[in-house]
Amino acid sequence: MRLKKNIAVSETGFVFDPNSGDSYSLNDIGLEIVELLKQGRSDSSVLTALNSRYDIDRASLEKYYHDFVSMLKYYRLTEERPDAGADSGHNPGIQPQ
Amino acid sequence: MERIKVTVAVTGLNNTDNPGPGVPVIRALRDSPCFDIRIIGLAYENLEPGIYMPGVADKVYLIPYPSDGVDALMDRIGYINRKENIDVLVPNFDSELYTFMKSAGKLDEMGIRTFLPTLPGYEERHKANLPAFGKKYNIPVPESIELGNYSDINRVTEKFGFPVVVKGKFYDAYIVNSREQLTHWFMKISAKWGLPVVVQEFVRGTEVNVVALGDGRGNTIGAVPMRKQYITDKGKAWGGITLDDKKMMELTRSLIAGTKWRGGMELELIRTENQELYLIEINPRIPAWVYLAVGAGQNIPEALVKMALGMEVKPFDKYAVGKMFVRYSYDLLVDIDRYEHISTKGEN
Repeated sequence: MRLKKNIAVSETGFVFDPNSGDSYSLNDIGLEIVELLKQGRSDSSVLTALNSRYDIDRASLEKYYHDFVSMLKYYRLTEERPDAGADSGHNPGIQPQ
Repeated sequence: MERIKVTVAVTGLNNTDNPGPGVPVIRALRDSPCFDIRIIGLAYENLEPGIYMPGVADKVYLIPYPSDGVDALMDRIGYINRKENIDVLVPNFDSELYTFMKSAGKLDEMGIRTFLPTLPGYEERHKANLPAFGKKYNIPVPESIELGNYSDINRVTEKFGFPVVVKGKFYDAYIVNSREQLTHWFMKISAKWGLPVVVQEFVRGTEVNVVALGDGRGNTIGAVPMRKQYITDKGKAWGGITLDDKKMMELTRSLIAGTKWRGGMELELIRTENQELYLIEINPRIPAWVYLAVGAGQNIPEALVKMALGMEVKPFDKYAVGKMFVRYSYDLLVDIDRYEHISTKGEN
């Protein structure tokens, strides 16, 4: 899973989907996650980055991250990577279904 | 570059909460670096805001409604033309298009050029003909029934159930949830726009629109897709944003190629939850939100006038995505003498 290439994200956390015309606001952590996803980072890489910055146990982080990513998917802001499944061995608990 | 001196007559100056396209079309033409333009506004009512808005029309004339007959309208256009020497006429109402298309020869004799749809093209995209149109051009459209009289209401309940969308042949569309509501709107719409009234299957989803211009040879000269962000109780866009949607663009190009559409058009589409596009209506003229397309880089009214003048126009190949418009209302102060002039002399 990755963020669609044409999704525009501003530094204030304003997200614009040019396909639907919808826009969204992200809080600081949401913005941080979206920026990491925009860089093409995998789920496990994003989780590791977040885990190193915030004082939270890995299980809770994965749960909140999964909720957030589900929301991105629900709003059709994501797409499957062409190489989907390549890193699924790293963290099967948070890979997309 | 030397500007081309041109006099363009434009209808649809009713910049109200149910806006006509006249004022945005005029704004677009005035933005053109190619034209040294004189605008003749043609109004049906003496309180159409475009009559009084500064910087819109250089001169305004009242014209009779198409329902008064072709002769009355052409006599009036002839009178205006003798005074103003009109080069191009841009009609902007669905309800007047037929009259102007039928009178294209007479207008031509007067030296007035137009760039209108062909009569067969205009007829086949009628709301009542939409299912056949969809089948012919392989475009998904909702099912619909034409109600020619009151008793036809029974056919709606047999075929669709509720909700359905009830539409006038030129304007108005309402979602109705019961037979009582359907009867109410059938009466209202048929009294206002005449018969038939069209009842369309309700497709759930988001309404998206395209403004486009066809050259009559199958080429799309311009096309900009938009989503209404703010909709009035009349279903009109009070705010909108340009989209990056390849499917909408493909559908538009394929429709224009198939129909060899000539002139401006607006496609009204519903995008369902499954991302399917259903064509719910084709308006055979430029829509009132056309200035968004101009702001996004496609001056469609300018291209239309150029084609009416027989100039070669290159198709637009891009537009800005994420360009928005927001309408506003504004109280214009007008001295009584201007109102008096338009009311008594029919010109201002």
